[in-house]
Amino acid sequence: MELLGLYNYFVFAVLLMVGLYCILARTNIIKSLIGLTIFQGAVFLLYISMDKIDGGTGPIILEGAPADTIYANPLPQVLILTAIVVGISTTALGLAVAVRIREAYGTIEEDEIQEMDREQ
Amino acid sequence: MFTESQTILLALVIPFIGAFGVALAGRWPNVRETVTLTTAVLLAVNVWSLLPAVYAGGRPELHLVEMLPGLSIAFKVEPLGMLFAALASGLWIVNSVYSIGYMRGNNEQNQTRFYTCFPIALMAAMGIAFSGNLLTLFIFYEVLTISTYPLVAHKGDQATIRSARVYMGILLGTSIGLLLPAMIWTYSLAGTLDFTPGGILEGRIAEPLLAVLLLMYAIGIGKAALMPIHRWLPAAMVAPTPVSALLHAVAVVKAGVFTITKVFVYIFGIDFLFAQPSHKLVIWLACFTIVVSSFIALRQTNLKRLLAYSTIGQLSYVVLAASILKPLSEVGASMHMMAHAFGKITLFFAAGAIYVASKKTDITEMHGIGRRMPWTMAAFAVGAVSMIGMPPTAGFISKWYILGGAIQDDNYLALATLVVSTLLNAAYFLPFVFAAFLYKENVPPKKEHGEAPWPMVAALTLTALLTFGFFLFHQPIADLEAQILLK
Amino acid sequence: MTLHDQLPALLVVVPLVTAPIAYLLRAHGLPWAAAVAANVTAFIIACALAATVYGGETIIYEMGGWPAPYGIVLHIDALSALMAMLVTGASAAALIFGAKSLADEVGEEIAPSFFAAWILCTAGLTGMVITGDAFNIFVFMEISSLSTYILVSAGPDRRALVATYRYIVMGTIGATLYLIGVGFLYMATGSLNTVDIAARIGDVTEVRLLLVAAGFITVGLALKAAIFPLHSWMPNAYTFAPNVVTVFIAAASAKVSLYVLIRIDYAIFYKNIPNHELQLALLLVPMGILALFAGSMLAIYEKNLKRLLAYSSVAQVGYIALGISMASVSGLTAAIVHMFNHGLIKGGMFMAVACLALRYRSVNIANLAGAGRAMPWTMAAFVIGGLGLIGVPLTPGFISKWYLVLGALEKGGLGAVLVAAILLSSLLAVIYVWKVVEVAYFKEPRANAVPVEREAPLVMLIPTWIVVLAGLWIAIDSSMPVTMATLGAETLLGAR
Repeated sequence: MELLGLYNYFVFAVLLMVGLYCILARTNIIKSLIGLTIFQGAVFLLYISMDKIDGGTGPIILEGAPADTIYANPLPQVLILTAIVVGISTTALGLAVAVRIREAYGTIEEDEIQEMDREQ
Repeated sequence: MFTESQTILLALVIPFIGAFGVALAGRWPNVRETVTLTTAVLLAVNVWSLLPAVYAGGRPELHLVEMLPGLSIAFKVEPLGMLFAALASGLWIVNSVYSIGYMRGNNEQNQTRFYTCFPIALMAAMGIAFSGNLLTLFIFYEVLTISTYPLVAHKGDQATIRSARVYMGILLGTSIGLLLPAMIWTYSLAGTLDFTPGGILEGRIAEPLLAVLLLMYAIGIGKAALMPIHRWLPAAMVAPTPVSALLHAVAVVKAGVFTITKVFVYIFGIDFLFAQPSHKLVIWLACFTIVVSSFIALRQTNLKRLLAYSTIGQLSYVVLAASILKPLSEVGASMHMMAHAFGKITLFFAAGAIYVASKKTDITEMHGIGRRMPWTMAAFAVGAVSMIGMPPTAGFISKWYILGGAIQDDNYLALATLVVSTLLNAAYFLPFVFAAFLYKENVPPKKEHGEAPWPMVAALTLTALLTFGFFLFHQPIADLEAQILLK
Repeated sequence: MTLHDQLPALLVVVPLVTAPIAYLLRAHGLPWAAAVAANVTAFIIACALAATVYGGETIIYEMGGWPAPYGIVLHIDALSALMAMLVTGASAAALIFGAKSLADEVGEEIAPSFFAAWILCTAGLTGMVITGDAFNIFVFMEISSLSTYILVSAGPDRRALVATYRYIVMGTIGATLYLIGVGFLYMATGSLNTVDIAARIGDVTEVRLLLVAAGFITVGLALKAAIFPLHSWMPNAYTFAPNVVTVFIAAASAKVSLYVLIRIDYAIFYKNIPNHELQLALLLVPMGILALFAGSMLAIYEKNLKRLLAYSSVAQVGYIALGISMASVSGLTAAIVHMFNHGLIKGGMFMAVACLALRYRSVNIANLAGAGRAMPWTMAAFVIGGLGLIGVPLTPGFISKWYLVLGALEKGGLGAVLVAAILLSSLLAVIYVWKVVEVAYFKEPRANAVPVEREAPLVMLIPTWIVVLAGLWIAIDSSMPVTMATLGAETLLGAR
């Protein structure tokens, strides 16, 4: 039971590795960037998992709510909102660079690019 | 006119400004050479003006700036350094006159670079001579290495650059790889690097670490050219002869043995070091170098390389004398620095004169050259006699002191080495001198020639006379140097 | 509240606000002027802050008036002030120096966004340096990284794009690893404020969690700091970025990640994980030593001058890593002083390279034959910088090396190995520096080469020489960086 309760973290670890594998194994720039996004996504999951408190509700104080209400921790959510913004910017920038690479080289396969650079 | 501290500072500032002046005057050779000569004379006058004070027992000091906490760039003139500075600055005048003859007679390229680096090297030598602590000494030691690199690489062809690489590599390598850590180690042990009469390491380090530190100093001070790190000196012979004469017979190599002597006397302290068995290591190293370098010199046919190996041996005389650690031998060490300087600069001047006049570099081609160049070869003979250590030349005096020290210590190894090397010196110098005067010319020169240009002949005659002069008038110098033994 | 009290916030706010303004300025030269203005202002602010904390005080500035640990605080002590000066100084100097070179390489149409990115980069780096919040460091790190990617991609060669792409991937992985570590730290302590974490972490019983956090943070930052073997993004990024951008990022940006590494590791983990000293040494000593030799060897065989200097940076970062690994006041002082000094040295050298590139249209070493005669001032600046890399006295490198060896000697037997490694790699530096010197001074230019007769323009030479002279000044009177670094080291180690 205890192990099952940690399944979020297992998913986090698996996603992290999947993302890393995608980055390392793919020579296609877009696919690598997808890997990068998965890699970052795993971390979002880590943060979101840690704010969960058993029996906790959304961290919004309503009038009339009982004083002993348990709330989830709002801080990691806020943090991860920021991190998501950062992640989006990174992906956007990466894709923009991919477009420029395609314009300059006519391909987004890294091995082909390397080949062309070597000839230069 | 100036206070003593100002005079110390001027000894650095004058050559520095001189270098700028030379660089600015580069387009007008006559102005440029005037600047060089003026700088040389001013520097010598300035340095020599300190002599009376030091002779009377004064120790002028100058504290410039605190570079690291507790460690300053500071200067303190003591007899050993005074002698070195006076020697180098005095001979620079002679050498400048000679340079003009050599560089013009030889139509060398890049003369402005040459004349610009020379004062910088002299400035470094002055800094080394006057340094008040090991850090200051180290700084100028490195400045000297770097400022002489362009002089060694002067010719700029592939072979020269390769030799210059050896020069730079060994000197920087030993100093950064061994001398610097030795110095930092000393600092972490003693908390200071000031040159203190009686040393700063007594009781702070014991065998066997002391042996390691001692060897780090002895080998790390690569400019002393102890074997096996002597190879930079023959490599430096690709430089124009004035460089070999002043820098690689006087300023640079003497800076090396000077540093070793300073470290023994003022960092270790001779009494402390004498009580440690490991000081014998340096004696063995020096004896080995003396004998082996003489044997190598025997086999050389290139005149300048022969002189280089002779220098290696003579430098080890100084190191040997310093590491015997007896009062007479310490005085002998400083005397030999001076005696060898006069003799060796004469020999190099002569070698350069022969090259300019006849374009010959190999001694097997120089038979009979004494008839064409009697002054030059006579001076050469005087220098050779001084190297061998026969009266009435300078070499005899210093060897006398060193022998005295060795006898005080009952050091038979040192005695035997001195005797053997004297014989070997005679074996490689005298046949050449005889051949030059007595044999018939074997290789006719490409064009007829007599003596080299007059500035060169004047310079080498003067230094030859100085070799005699030192024999006659060495007593004040010995008295001055005896002061280093006072605590 | 006086203006002086607001200086910590202004250090970040001034560039942050100027960036969009610069983007909107569409007239010729104005974006550059805005960038210069912002960076010079930031530099002056950094100097003022440094003067305030020079005696060993710490400035705590609460953003928006929210007290720690609830709000974000800015935390400025001697160490962060020194780094802030380095970052803003390098940025301002590179910009002032680079007007002509940038006009040559970057071009008019992208100038507004380019300079906006540059200003943001300064903002991010200074933010990383002065913030006292672990998550906030991540945000600023990403601000600076994203803008650095843009700056690198502006390089004239198309290979700049591939270099940027690699840099993006590696940089993002590094930052994400750091973020994971911070997450674990937050789990363990429930706080993000570094001072607060340090105070709470003593109660954490689960050491394994802390170890994992420390591992992620250290590796992530090592990646961003390009400590060997995590340096693969760096050589090409330095090589293909516009020359002036290289000046800036080589002098400042990798250093800031090292700074964060020092700060987090020593302020938080050092006293609270058993045997952390040993763990740090086991990681950083091999990496550092490998960096020294691999970096130097790669530099020796390199033909492109910019990449040669980049590999040299790999080696120099190794020195800093070794200093960090020593966990002693002298070791840390050495690391911090070398961050500052290396910034000065490399900044100056890349400035000289930019001058050479402007005239020779190439940074291949073989093409620079005769540069010693054609551009004597530029080459003299380069040589002085090179001597600094070697660690010759009267150059700033000597000061760093002095403390590094002093720190290593305190370590006994292992220290002797470190000393040997440090000095041996200095000798390798002689080889790669001299390789350039020989070509520039003693090689004749090729017959078919376009002869270069002119020195670099004065607008470039003067800033270069100001940097070089500043370095020489530090070498002769090292009290400023040494005092601040020692203060920082003592604070981190709890010796004060």
